[in-house]
Order: sequence, then structure tokens, then C-alpha cells
Amino acid sequence: MRYSGIRVIKEALSGHKGWGPLWRDPEPKPHYDFVIIGGGGHGLATAYYLAREFGESRIAVLERGWIGGGNVGRNTTIIRSNYLLDGNEPFYEFSLKLWEGLEQDFNYNAMVSQRGILNLVHTDAQRDAARRRGNAMILNGSDAELLDTEGVRKLYPFLNFDNARFPIKGGLLQRRGGTVRHDAVAWGYARGADQRGVDIIQNCEATGFKIEDGKCLGVETTRGFIGAGKVGVSVAGSSSRVMALAGMRLPMESHVLQAFVSEGLKPVLPGVITYGAGHFYCSQSDKGGLVFGGDIDGYNSYAQRGNLPVIEDVAEGGVSLIPALGRVRLLRAWGGIMDMSMDGSPIIDNTHIEGLSFNGGWCYGGFKATPAAGWCFAHLLKTGQPHETATAYRFDRFRRGYMIDEKGQGAQPNLH
Amino acid sequence: MIINHPLLGARDAQEFTYLGDASLIHRPDWQGEDPSGQFHDYLYLRDNPAGQHRELWFHEVGDRSWLVVTRNTLTHEITNVELARDVARREGRGK
Ligand SMILES: Cc1cc2nc3c(=O)[nH]c(=O)nc-3n(C[C@H](O)[C@H](O)[C@H](O)COP(=O)(O)OP(=O)(O)OC[C@H]3O[C@@H](n4cnc5c(N)ncnc54)[C@H](O)[C@@H]3O)c2cc1C
Repeated sequence: MRYSGIRVIKEALSGHKGWGPLWRDPEPKPHYDFVIIGGGGHGLATAYYLAREFGESRIAVLERGWIGGGNVGRNTTIIRSNYLLDGNEPFYEFSLKLWEGLEQDFNYNAMVSQRGILNLVHTDAQRDAARRRGNAMILNGSDAELLDTEGVRKLYPFLNFDNARFPIKGGLLQRRGGTVRHDAVAWGYARGADQRGVDIIQNCEATGFKIEDGKCLGVETTRGFIGAGKVGVSVAGSSSRVMALAGMRLPMESHVLQAFVSEGLKPVLPGVITYGAGHFYCSQSDKGGLVFGGDIDGYNSYAQRGNLPVIEDVAEGGVSLIPALGRVRLLRAWGGIMDMSMDGSPIIDNTHIEGLSFNGGWCYGGFKATPAAGWCFAHLLKTGQPHETATAYRFDRFRRGYMIDEKGQGAQPNLH
Repeated sequence: MIINHPLLGARDAQEFTYLGDASLIHRPDWQGEDPSGQFHDYLYLRDNPAGQHRELWFHEVGDRSWLVVTRNTLTHEITNVELARDVARREGRGK
């Protein structure tokens, strides 16, 4: 079924009885050409582009729980391509361009909203760094604008401009950045993949790999063995656990990141803002709630819930940037588990096991990457070669000394 | 989280900073076999288990001792806390 304005009117006149489920609930087949483990945004996008771009049809996505129950449904929905380094910026710009055409492409309303993202600066050094990053973005075909204090004041007059320690000196604005309805991304890709014949198999956990003579022949699951020509693993926070089933140790730690939503307010915050003097970022959802977050909790965790000190820290950052926040009530807080890599950048690569490839290490920034990660991982699975925008995302970059460390923090995942 | 410091008793985890897996105590020997391979594994690869995890915490705003904390990463429950110095000596480190 194609969605359109006419369809909505038709359904409205006939009591909305014609809407069907968005994807089937198939039994797993004994063998597929491509098996993707993990039904998050990345796994579903991979299956979608394998079918749509690369003409494949015998594809399955295996999801331990229900699709959208992982980080794709837990994140703060920010998309942007404001990176500095060569290994990153072309990839994220590719992703942002895919977001721009996504809803027409998969015929689903994902509420892609290019409302702009503003990174505030508070010192001369931060302004220099922002100018440099903005230039790197422009060199890579992206958009960036450096605002002065007055420019920021025009957009967000209610910020704490005259804070004695952290006055707002300006900000780096990417107008094409913004937010996307995160669940709808999972659902849209799932529907688009299903329509092209992909089997989305939920409640199906991968529990092992069948590896013979250095070749991966399929996946052991809670719903039996599933043979595969190629297996792609895309399980975000569970990366280390799943790859350990193939005997691999990854350059990663799993950490919890929390997010928060306030009570619904009238429109106050037109775009996305990030604080430069503390870790705090915020946008307003279309329902009116302020959606915000800050630092990861900082210790290894698989618990999908964080602790109070970080909640306090995020609230302090928020109130020091937007004093009016002090009057707003917090409605909900939750956590998601992220695969924090050793340099803060991801991996999309083949492993030493033939037929087994990996996509992960997305840290807290993989939502914006969803379309390009899916595309590039599909490219890798189909051709065996990395996509041109993802050539730096290799396993061996740590051995070779080619880290992609945007923050310059070194091999300390909780600092990225 | 509350960390039961062996010398100071129950302390709020906020007083500590976190380094990571306690295997970081065992820095490879730069004169040993394949030192660059050993240092690669030491620096970059982690077991990252879901369950019991032995990890290094530094009592930064307290007595500045290093601790080895055994904590369940699925529940955040802490079951054992030792001075890292004692652990390192027991596991064969000279100093
Ligand atoms: C609080 C929070 C805020 C964030 N904010 C942003 C943001 O603003 N912008 C941004 O770009 N990124 C953000 N991120 C990061 C982003 O959400 C993730 O990097 C991204 O969603 C990860 O890819 P995914 O969607 O495929 O992951 P997931 O949705 O987690 O998908 C992985 C799936 O694999 C499944 N799985 C695991 N093990 C198995 C198994 N053995 N067998 C079968 N299936 C398995 C899981 O159940 C899960 O559904 C945020 C993350 C969090 C937690």
C-alpha cells in the first residue's frame, strides 16, 4: 500500500478500516543470501538498501526483541553533519543528503525536520575551533555559518548570555541539521524492506555462528539455525557480546547514555542547541516536550538505565544555559546502551572470518548515521569493498595508527 | 552507586573517576615478544562482558587510591572492592 494524501482522505471517509500492518511476521526460512543480525535503524536500513539499491531479495533481519526497541527508539533524534575530520565528514554529509530525500524514497513520514543545530561557543579558543570545523564542513560540501552573540540572540533571546563565567560569544550553526521522528525511521525502513521481500524476524536472538574453515555459514538462533551466504552484524550496544560468539574481541566498551523529556510546553525552542561550557543539548519535540541529554554515565553498563549524578549534572547544565528551565518539570528519563569505540568513531568492515561483516562502534552518534550506515554496510556486504565515504572505518586503524579521534581523547571510551 | 572503600568505608561513586577493565594493571613488557601487537591488544581491545566486570576506579576527590571494583554490568551491583595495589601484588606485579 502506498501512502498519499488521497489515501488519507479515502480512509477517513471509510472509517480507517483499510490500514494494514506495515510488515509481515514471517517464519524464518532455512537459508538466506544475506542475514542481518539486529533490527535497529542500521540493520533495517542495511536490508532496505540491499534490496532497493543492490537488487537483492533473499534477505532476513533477525531481531532479539521487537524492532525499534533498541537505541533507534531511545535516542534524542538529532541529525547533523558538523564533523571536522576527513574520515568522518564526507560520510555524515552523505547521510544528511540521504535524510533529505528519505521520506519520498521510502514513502513514509519520518518527520525529518531541518530546524538547524547550533553549537554555542563561550571563549575565543572555542570560536576559533568552531570556525575551523565550519570551514572543514564547507570544504566537504556541507553548510555552516558562524554566528556572533547578536546572531544567537536573534534566534534564542532567552539564553543566559551574560553568565559571568561562560558568556555566549556566538555559535556554529548548521541550518540543514535538525531532528527526525526516531521510531518512524525504524518503521519506515522496516516497511520499505518488507515490501521488497525482506523477512523481518522478531523475537529471534542470534546465539552463535556456524563457522567452518574460516568461513561463516549461518547463524544459530533461538528459532533454530538459519543458513546464510553473508552475515552482517549490526547490534549497537551488544556488539562485543555478539562478536564474542565468533571469538572476536572488539575495540569497544558498552556504556549507558540517558535522555530526558519534560512536560509539554508551547513552542519555545525552534531548533537544536548545544551548550559549549557543559554537556547539555536540547530540542523541542512536535508534541511540545523538551528533549535533552548530556554525558554518558561513564562506566561499563548493559543495564539500559543510568544513575542520579548524571541527571543532576545534565539539569545543572540545562539551567545554567536556559535559566527558565528551572520552572519546567521533568516527565521521563531513560537509558540506552552504546558501543563506545576507542576513538569515538565507528567501524564498517569485514572480519577475518569470510562471510562475516560488522557495523558498530557508533557511540552516542549513530542515529544521524542511519541512512548512510545502512547504505555503506549494504555496499560492503554486496561488493566486499567499503563504500567511498566509509573507507576510514576499518578494524585495523588502531593497529596502523589511523585513529579518527574527533575529540582527541585517546583510547578512553568514556571520554569520547 | 556506593563503593565500599576498603579503608574509608562506603563512599559515593561520584567521588571516583573510572578508568576501565582491571586488566589494564598488566602493562605488556616492551622487551617481550611482539610488543607492538601486545600493546595494541592492551590499549584497544576489551572483553566488555555483560555480567561480572573487574574494573579500576580512582578515588580522585578522596584519598587518591586506585581500587579494583567487581561490579555486575547488568545490574550495577558491586560485590567486591580491593585496593588495586593489593591486587597487582597478588597477580605478580613488582610495584
Ligand atoms: C539516550 C540516547 C541518545 C542518543 N542521541 C542521539 C542523537 O541525538 N543523534 C544521534 O545521531 N545518535 C544518538 N544516539 C545514538 C544512536 O541511537 C545509536 O548510535 C544508533 O541508534 C545505533 O544503531 P541502531 O539503531 O541500529 O541500534 P539499535 O536500535 O540499538 O539496534 C540494535 C538491535 O540489535 C538487537 N540485538 C542485540 N543483540 C542481538 C542478538 N544477539 N540477536 C538479534 N538481535 C540482537 C537489539 O535488540 C537492537 O534492537 C543516542 C543514543 C542514546 C542511547
